[in-house]
Amino acid sequence: MSENMPVKPGRKVVVKLLGLVFGMFCFGFALVPLYDVICDITGLNGKTGGRYEMTGAPVVVQDRWVTLQFTTSNNAGMPWEFQPQVSSMKIRPGEVSETFFVATNPTDRAMTAQAVPSVAPFASARYLHKTECFCFQQQTLAAGESINMPLKFFIDKDIPKNVTKLTLSYTLFDLPEVASN
Amino acid sequence: MSAVIDVHDHGHHGPARGLMRWVLTTNHKDIGTMYLWFSFIMFLTGGAMAMIIRAELFEPGMQLIEPEFFNQMTTMHGLIMVFGAVMPAFVGLANWQVPLMIGAPDMALPRLNNLSFWILPFAFALLLSTLFMEAGAPNFGWTFYAPLSTTYAPSTVTFFIFGVHIMGASSIMGAINIIATILNMRAPGMTLMKMPLFVWTWLITAYLLIAVMPVLAGVVTMMLMDIHFGTSFFSAAGGGDPVLFQHVFWFFGHPEVYIMILPAFGIVSQIIPTFSRKKLFGYTSMVYATSSIAFLSFLVWAHHMFTVGMPLAGELFFMYSTMLIAVPTGVKVFNWVTTMFKGSLSFETPMLFSCAFVVLFTLGGFSGLMLAIAPVDFQYHDTYFVVAHFHYVLVPGAIFGIFAAVYYWLPKWCGHMYDETLAKLHFWLSFVGMNLAFFPMHFVGLAGMPRRIPDYALQFADFNQISSVGAFMFGATQWLFLYIVIKTIRGGKEATQEVWENPEGLEWTVPSPAPYHTFSTPPEVK
Repeated sequence: MSENMPVKPGRKVVVKLLGLVFGMFCFGFALVPLYDVICDITGLNGKTGGRYEMTGAPVVVQDRWVTLQFTTSNNAGMPWEFQPQVSSMKIRPGEVSETFFVATNPTDRAMTAQAVPSVAPFASARYLHKTECFCFQQQTLAAGESINMPLKFFIDKDIPKNVTKLTLSYTLFDLPEVASN
Repeated sequence: MSAVIDVHDHGHHGPARGLMRWVLTTNHKDIGTMYLWFSFIMFLTGGAMAMIIRAELFEPGMQLIEPEFFNQMTTMHGLIMVFGAVMPAFVGLANWQVPLMIGAPDMALPRLNNLSFWILPFAFALLLSTLFMEAGAPNFGWTFYAPLSTTYAPSTVTFFIFGVHIMGASSIMGAINIIATILNMRAPGMTLMKMPLFVWTWLITAYLLIAVMPVLAGVVTMMLMDIHFGTSFFSAAGGGDPVLFQHVFWFFGHPEVYIMILPAFGIVSQIIPTFSRKKLFGYTSMVYATSSIAFLSFLVWAHHMFTVGMPLAGELFFMYSTMLIAVPTGVKVFNWVTTMFKGSLSFETPMLFSCAFVVLFTLGGFSGLMLAIAPVDFQYHDTYFVVAHFHYVLVPGAIFGIFAAVYYWLPKWCGHMYDETLAKLHFWLSFVGMNLAFFPMHFVGLAGMPRRIPDYALQFADFNQISSVGAFMFGATQWLFLYIVIKTIRGGKEATQEVWENPEGLEWTVPSPAPYHTFSTPPEVK
């Protein structure tokens, strides 16, 4: 064959293209942290931020009320009973409030769980600040044990005027691997 | 003894004999032929699945198959048509035509070329073998959204993942080969802006492939790790996000739809000037339009996911950027029509397919514009309107483009003219069948019939029956295509060197059929 091919193919081009292939493969994985960062900045996926560090008492807006609804759900196969103590609260932006969520482990073995929060509408997620939340830690309950889990939060005074109702939902996940370690 | 030596000696000039010719070949024409036959087999396989789908949807209610099997059919039909039929067909055309059109003796990397073809049958054997397994074939749609394709997937999903890995590797190798060929092996005098448009569109397509196939490989690798190695890329339980899957998938998926259409743009840009007996109108603007379509294809992916809950700014950005693609596409359609304007037109089969391409692809583009409008997409999302849209761009777009190319270049490949009467019959049956099958889907979609369901409400029955009749007609017609191609290979009127009337391009300067080795000494391009 070789004598029929007087033109030597350019190795340079091939090496560059292979580099591009490798780069794009890595870029696919780089999208994962990139997505998290973008969601963090924009509140794209309704995930709330971590613990909010207070700098002085927040300013309370006296003439506005926002309804905050609480919902809970269990991930598939999670046997715990998990309920909010109250289903909704009416609060003023800037006002620090506290509520509890009740979790019971009805099984006959110790289990560890993690609650993952989400806010709807997504765009309002960044206006909900949690100064204390059970979702910041994993919860371990012995067989039959029950626990009152605290949530301390306030709504940012800059929340857009058209938002009158927020829904904070928690999904409870079983963490079997963590429990067995 | 001397006879044996003779045969051995001829091995350097003509094809080897027997099966090993095809297994070991590094000849771009042999490999192109194998790609084309392989894609035709896949086209019939995926088509058979479409027939099962349309048979089940002929009447409301469940009559022929189980819903689970229906889901497997829609999934496999999509995967096989996209990765098995359309993409390999275009690679096959590139293998045959790119060296002939740029005056090169072969592809730049002939051994890699052999490998990139021969891993494909294994990829599809892996994928198709799942049909015979207890867990059944993948059933989560060709877009394989997580967590349906991870947490809730049948165990055969791993076969699917490795199949996609192999197809991706094959496409990437093919693309590297095509770029290396085009950039390094052009005949002296063939500057970039003198290249035929088919070569240009394939150069751009190959770059798209290299940019996005690794991302597809990445996303299926993440699925694999989520399923088998306990990671949580797409599982909210471990801090992942299923919506992330859609972003990464469509970052691949949108350029992918242009991968399936840009070479067809190139094909009709070759054919329309020949049968209009005029030069292509606006060559330079065609090149720039193709490049801008390719560039914009990276900025529009989220228009596939308007309903996941994006901020308004995101919806608007993706809506406007999607609409922007209509501009370069409109330039191309304008150029094709203007090339025909006041031309001395004749309507041989390649031209018929190309004209149908221009009209029907534009129609599919318009329904795409409708889908691009974010607020109305909330109604159209996941309805048969979407199915109608993408079948209008893929069947009369990609598939008609491939048919046109095969009829246009087949006389050059095998030295005989095809049977014009039968070919025109093939065109008209395909044209009528395809429109009957897909046009009513616009109506049922707008009326609210969801896609990917085996059963539907009574009021959709009439339109679905029309669709099914059209689909059976289109499907059956493709056997006629097979007959025409085989008949042409085995005999027929001798084709002249030029085949058509004063066509432009280096491929018409070699004899018909094209000898096994062409352009061993490069031609001079003025």
